[in-house]
Amino acid sequence: MSDTDTDHAVLWTRGLRKHYGQGEGLVRAVDGVDLDVARGETVAVMGPSGCGKSTLLHLLGGLDRPSGGEVWLAGRRIDGIGERALARVRRREVGFVFQAFHLMDELTAVENVELPALLGGRSAGTARRRAVDLLDRVGLADRAGFLPAALSGGQRQRVAIARALSNEPLVLFADEPTGNLDSASTLDVLRLFDHLHEAGQTLVIVTHDARIAATADRLIAMRDGQFVEETRLTGGSTGRLSALVGLEG
Amino acid sequence: MGRILLVARIAGRDLRRRPAEAALLLLAITAATTTLTLGLVLHDVASDPYRRTREATAGPDVVASLSPDPLGSQPGDLGELEALADLPGVVDHSGPYPVTGAVLEAGGQLATAQVEGRDPSVAAVDQPQLTQGSWVEDGGVVIEAALADALGVRAGDRIDLNDRSFPVVGVAVTAATPPYPSLSPTGTAENPLQYCPLPSPSPCDEPNGADGGPTPELIGALRRVDAEHPGVVWVTQADARRLVPQADSLSYVMNLRLDDPASAPAFVAGHLPSGLSAGPPGATIPEVVALRSWQQIRDEFAGDLKSNEQEVLLIGSRLLSLLAVASVAVLVGGRMADQTRRVGLLKAVGGTPGLVAVVLLAEYVVVALLAAAAGLAVGWGIAPVLVDTGAGLLGGAGAPSLTTSTVGTVAAMALGVAVAATFVPAVRAARTSTVRALADSARAPRRTAWLVAISARLPVPLLLGLRMAARRPRRVLLAVISIAITVSGIVAALVAHADAQLGDDRGSSIMNERLDQMLLVIMVTLVALAAVNAIFITWATALDARHSSALSRALGATPHQVSAGLAVAQVLPALAGALLGIPGGLALVAAVSGEDTANPPLGQLLAVVPVTVLVVIALTAIPVRIGARRPAADVLRAELA
Repeated sequence: MSDTDTDHAVLWTRGLRKHYGQGEGLVRAVDGVDLDVARGETVAVMGPSGCGKSTLLHLLGGLDRPSGGEVWLAGRRIDGIGERALARVRRREVGFVFQAFHLMDELTAVENVELPALLGGRSAGTARRRAVDLLDRVGLADRAGFLPAALSGGQRQRVAIARALSNEPLVLFADEPTGNLDSASTLDVLRLFDHLHEAGQTLVIVTHDARIAATADRLIAMRDGQFVEETRLTGGSTGRLSALVGLEG
Repeated sequence: MGRILLVARIAGRDLRRRPAEAALLLLAITAATTTLTLGLVLHDVASDPYRRTREATAGPDVVASLSPDPLGSQPGDLGELEALADLPGVVDHSGPYPVTGAVLEAGGQLATAQVEGRDPSVAAVDQPQLTQGSWVEDGGVVIEAALADALGVRAGDRIDLNDRSFPVVGVAVTAATPPYPSLSPTGTAENPLQYCPLPSPSPCDEPNGADGGPTPELIGALRRVDAEHPGVVWVTQADARRLVPQADSLSYVMNLRLDDPASAPAFVAGHLPSGLSAGPPGATIPEVVALRSWQQIRDEFAGDLKSNEQEVLLIGSRLLSLLAVASVAVLVGGRMADQTRRVGLLKAVGGTPGLVAVVLLAEYVVVALLAAAAGLAVGWGIAPVLVDTGAGLLGGAGAPSLTTSTVGTVAAMALGVAVAATFVPAVRAARTSTVRALADSARAPRRTAWLVAISARLPVPLLLGLRMAARRPRRVLLAVISIAITVSGIVAALVAHADAQLGDDRGSSIMNERLDQMLLVIMVTLVALAAVNAIFITWATALDARHSSALSRALGATPHQVSAGLAVAQVLPALAGALLGIPGGLALVAAVSGEDTANPPLGQLLAVVPVTVLVVIALTAIPVRIGARRPAADVLRAELA
């Protein structure tokens, strides 16, 4: 289990559970997870399909409600708060990057990026300036006026990352961010996450991609809704990382 | 043959797979076909009681009347009227009977009456059929049934005719004149003498109350009576003569029977005042003699229904068919989005684009044909119930005859609705690439750049709502059209009602009450269909926007903001439709009536807009709430699956 002190953690959970169905059909998607994420830390969660990684991410980011346990974000418990307050958390404290990008097809890149700021009540001008700046940071300033359909997969994901950063979130959650990308695009996204990590952005990444996982401070292996292995990669690798991600030999 | 069976099997199974949608489709088209059927068969239905009354009363084929010379005080030449009985083709007659106008007062109510002097014996032609009491006797009157009904008079009551009191000995119906009140108002406020009873002289001709006649106040009241023909009161000939100050001011009527009743219009046309061939060669009927065929009398009754209820129904059926197109288009659009994968599967197993289009069209054609049959059956069944022929004729409304033309028109309308609404989606589905269809990817939304730019400056609910609406402009257009049609219908009904209120003041309340009932039926159907449309459209929008709504929530929008956005996406088209519907309704009335009509109060018209918006908000509240509350994580996960 993590040795991070909750006093320094920006995000932590205790006994987090998410169950679906009942009786014999009961599915324990997340089953008693304790997690502490320190400010500026990058945590990668890996595991086979259906092990509960994405569900965990949704619970951490307030997209879904747990069946039990606690979720604390920035010193505030968020698992039992109202929908309005939860929306405020999603708007101000967290950002999401999805495998399927989830860009709005009818909006241009810059319009997609400015959307969270507009939902957060910022003025149109401020939101636009911030969006242009973010697109510049992800190397897509020249694609600001393009619709998602006119962008490559990697470019779309970079737009999605820029959008997730729009409200300067405390924690950025990424769910299989390279799952739909080719190798070249994956490298682009990897570099981006690396830059974010260096800039002190707190990141929680669910991934199958060992290269993404390798950029993390900690790697957590998950199976059947539970954490089964945890590896600190920064200044204390257990040596099991290579085995876990298939980079051995 | 195998291909037809295949199409029938696939289409039939798909309909059975979604029975609720099929039922709603059936309902929407049936509403339109029923109204159209009613509009088409009403004339037949209304004509039937007249036929029965004509048979029971030995109704005349031609009614001839003689009025005193309007240019002078010379009495009409009765011999000229009697000469008509000798014309070729005339096989029998009754009369001439003396006739005079009179003011009738019963229980404090006033009416104009045409008092006809009859023999106590049975006439060979036009012997009114008693529905109460007995036939005329000296000092006792018989009142035409519709007039008695309007005044609430029964046999045994007393009435005053020109201030002379008479007991009512009987109530009867006749086919020699349309029942009281005439359903076609004539005259205007500027020309009130047209309201006075014919034939002359009427009390209106003596407005000073001379000779103990009606007072000016009474005349004023009578001039508001909006009836082309007064009610008929039968008295003995002696009593009729006693009601006028001078015998030469009497008019006369004579009822003729022809050897060929169908030739009555030709008989009338051939013996018009200027071209007569009756009596001695070269003689002409003077202009004070008027002839009317039984067909004219029948059409005055049934034809008036045509110009009122039937007109309302035919307009209503057109409005309803337009709404039905909108309903079907929304339903089909929603189903097509759901059927993309099915289309892909059909194509993947070898179905041609043509087969795909035919299968999709076949489903709706089947529903349309069923709706046509249902509409014909329901319309045929309820037409006699809707048509209150009043007390002036024998029996209720008859069963309408469904002619080939009626069946064809109704079926064509139903098919037209189905094909108009499904053709584009069916062709679009047929053209979709198989791979794309199998992937079940949603149709790309439209981008309206200026709307996106404007909405960025608006509060979050408006931002979300405008963008949701802008994604599917065709659906928004359907919503606008749907509301505009409904509001047009409501405004037209308000105008018709205001006009009817004016008519009530002129004394045609029975007709207007019937018209109001008909308008209510149309309005309820219009509003019901529009409500179904609003719910369909909201549901389709919520389904279509589920991804963007979930994403908005993932990015920080509250469920309330998403709900409000979805509501805004419904309210904006409703507002536009309501604003368009007001001039639309006024234009509709102007186009149909072709004359000045009374406008409803401005406040009433303006209230239509907020009421429409509130109704749309109420109707769409549940689908909006359900659409906005679905957990964002579930939707985003499903999109990935």
